[in-house]
Amino acid sequence: MYRYDEFDSAFVAARVEQFRDQVKRRMAGELTEEQFRPHRLMNGLYLQLHAYMLRVAVPYGTLNSRQLRRLADIARKYDRGYGHFTTRQNLQYNWPKLQDAPDILGELAEVEMHAIQTSGNCIRNVTADHFAGVAADEIADPRPYCEILRQWSSQHPEFSFLPRKFKIAVNGGPHDRAAIQAHDIGLQIVRNARGELGFCVYVGGGLGRTPFIAKKIRDFLPERELLRYVDAILRVYNLEGRRDNKYKARIKILVHETGEAAFREAVEAEYAANAQSVLTLQEADIAHMRAFFRTPPLEPRATTSPRIERRRGRDVKFDAYISANVAPHKIPGYAVMTVSLKPIGLPPGDCSADQMDAVADLAEDYSQDELRVSHEQNLILPHVALDDLPAVYDRLASVGLAAPNAGQISDIIACPGLDYCALATARSIPIAQRIAEKFGDGARARDIGPLKIKISGCINACGHHHVGHIGILGLERAGEETYQITLGGSGDENASIGQLTGPGFSYERVVEAVETVVETYKAQRADAGEPFLATFRRVGMAPFKEALYERSAGSDI
Amino acid sequence: MQEMITANRLADGRVVFFAGDAGWSEDFHRGAVLSDAAAKAQALAQAQASAAANEVVDPYPIELEMRAGHLAPKALRERIRASGPTVREDLGKQAQGYAPTIAQRG
Repeated sequence: MYRYDEFDSAFVAARVEQFRDQVKRRMAGELTEEQFRPHRLMNGLYLQLHAYMLRVAVPYGTLNSRQLRRLADIARKYDRGYGHFTTRQNLQYNWPKLQDAPDILGELAEVEMHAIQTSGNCIRNVTADHFAGVAADEIADPRPYCEILRQWSSQHPEFSFLPRKFKIAVNGGPHDRAAIQAHDIGLQIVRNARGELGFCVYVGGGLGRTPFIAKKIRDFLPERELLRYVDAILRVYNLEGRRDNKYKARIKILVHETGEAAFREAVEAEYAANAQSVLTLQEADIAHMRAFFRTPPLEPRATTSPRIERRRGRDVKFDAYISANVAPHKIPGYAVMTVSLKPIGLPPGDCSADQMDAVADLAEDYSQDELRVSHEQNLILPHVALDDLPAVYDRLASVGLAAPNAGQISDIIACPGLDYCALATARSIPIAQRIAEKFGDGARARDIGPLKIKISGCINACGHHHVGHIGILGLERAGEETYQITLGGSGDENASIGQLTGPGFSYERVVEAVETVVETYKAQRADAGEPFLATFRRVGMAPFKEALYERSAGSDI
Repeated sequence: MQEMITANRLADGRVVFFAGDAGWSEDFHRGAVLSDAAAKAQALAQAQASAAANEVVDPYPIELEMRAGHLAPKALRERIRASGPTVREDLGKQAQGYAPTIAQRG
């Protein structure tokens, strides 16, 4: 993985000391809250419902064991013994004190981590496919490009005060695991007819109040042109993006209002105007960055493991785990393991300090000291030898992290919602917990098959509900929580925005409504192998609507 | 409508309630219940002075109502602030015995 050089270390250390001074001045009354707020936000520190919240960047979701252990230590020393992995591959602490924040950032800096640009109207943490560097179907590892983007965008003087926040995601294979079409810029790594590496460029995706699937504005951008083209997009946005209305300030609105063709033309013109730009990447620079992310030297091994097969034959849970949570590695004899942070009945994405330590130990012992965080709020052990899977599974089970539900109905994305977030209008986590408890991670969930439920506690859509196969949006109506349901959303390469079923459901009845949707799917599916999304796309909304509002009269409105 | 003034404490962000001459309390039960316009205006002015003195951040009034025979914040958001996350009853004010005396969920 990437290691800081002297410039990175000095930059991050200087930011810690700068913030220490800002906090000191705020505590002494030399800065008002209004003056201080932008400084704390630039360092990832929010003020939420119960306390401050610190959002720590996990660049493109890559961690090593030392870093995860440090996150655990901080959770114990300065917080309440846990952290929350977010839908942007970051980690949030829910209870830090303002006076401790500089020390926390100092401890993060020691392990090459920070909270810079995890808030504010700047280019945020660049996210990536969580199987980056290991996926069997990968064209190229997206992380070198993410790191190039991170370095270029860190404290970029021109792009530190954009009209709104700006999110970039990079995906390395044909299957989009990074939801790139729901981002301000989505970069899909491709090869052209000559076999050269480059990017298919998407712009103007985003969820929130006005959801849009991104528009493809370029089929092939040579890899060396990455920064020059992204720079051109940002320049057009920075100049033309709306600043009069924060709800219309994201690039998706600009692309929508300008029109896809005109926006593309503007970007291409800006790109052409900067033909001599220093931003053109040199082959040596790309190779230098790529070397940081080289696959560890894993000796190919047998592609089947009798040890696994024997265990699968006698242990139903282990068998289910291997089916759901284990994906093929690009090197024969290894696997990519998803550590589900969705144990039934617990808050999605939460991880205790002890669990972090346990997973860090496993990464060190079995996964070449590497870990990933997924935007689906899970952890990944990317390089596990097939023969080691039973041992890793047993150790995960001993710390309550062996839920065999990756990609299934109880592997729910949920934002913190009204239990923690100052912006939320309704709770998300308890809805996720009740759905998970209803369907479990056993035979019923397996029978339902691949199904992504995503829950947001307000219109800002941090829970990505618009691209959930089943999306749930919590709102407040006349003092009561109410939940709208959308169906048919998807965040993959065939991205779509979910359609609203109709009037919302109360806190009490929303889980029942989800069950109605699931039972309707089961009745409608062509066979047990047809996943929810395929069935929905084939049969449409009508049978679901009928089941929700006519047969069961389930709506409260 | 009875009200109470709430804010977050600057140093640690904790939710606090304005308790008159006693200053700010982490305990909802110790917060001053304000019944008339004059009392509300005076309490808010004192709270704002406290914010200007960098003790708390963004003070504002919340509405109260009787719930199950006890005075509690009317809005769910404020009941959660006064109690702690409904999904972690081992955390927040509810774990310290400071929460309003009502069932927290919902």
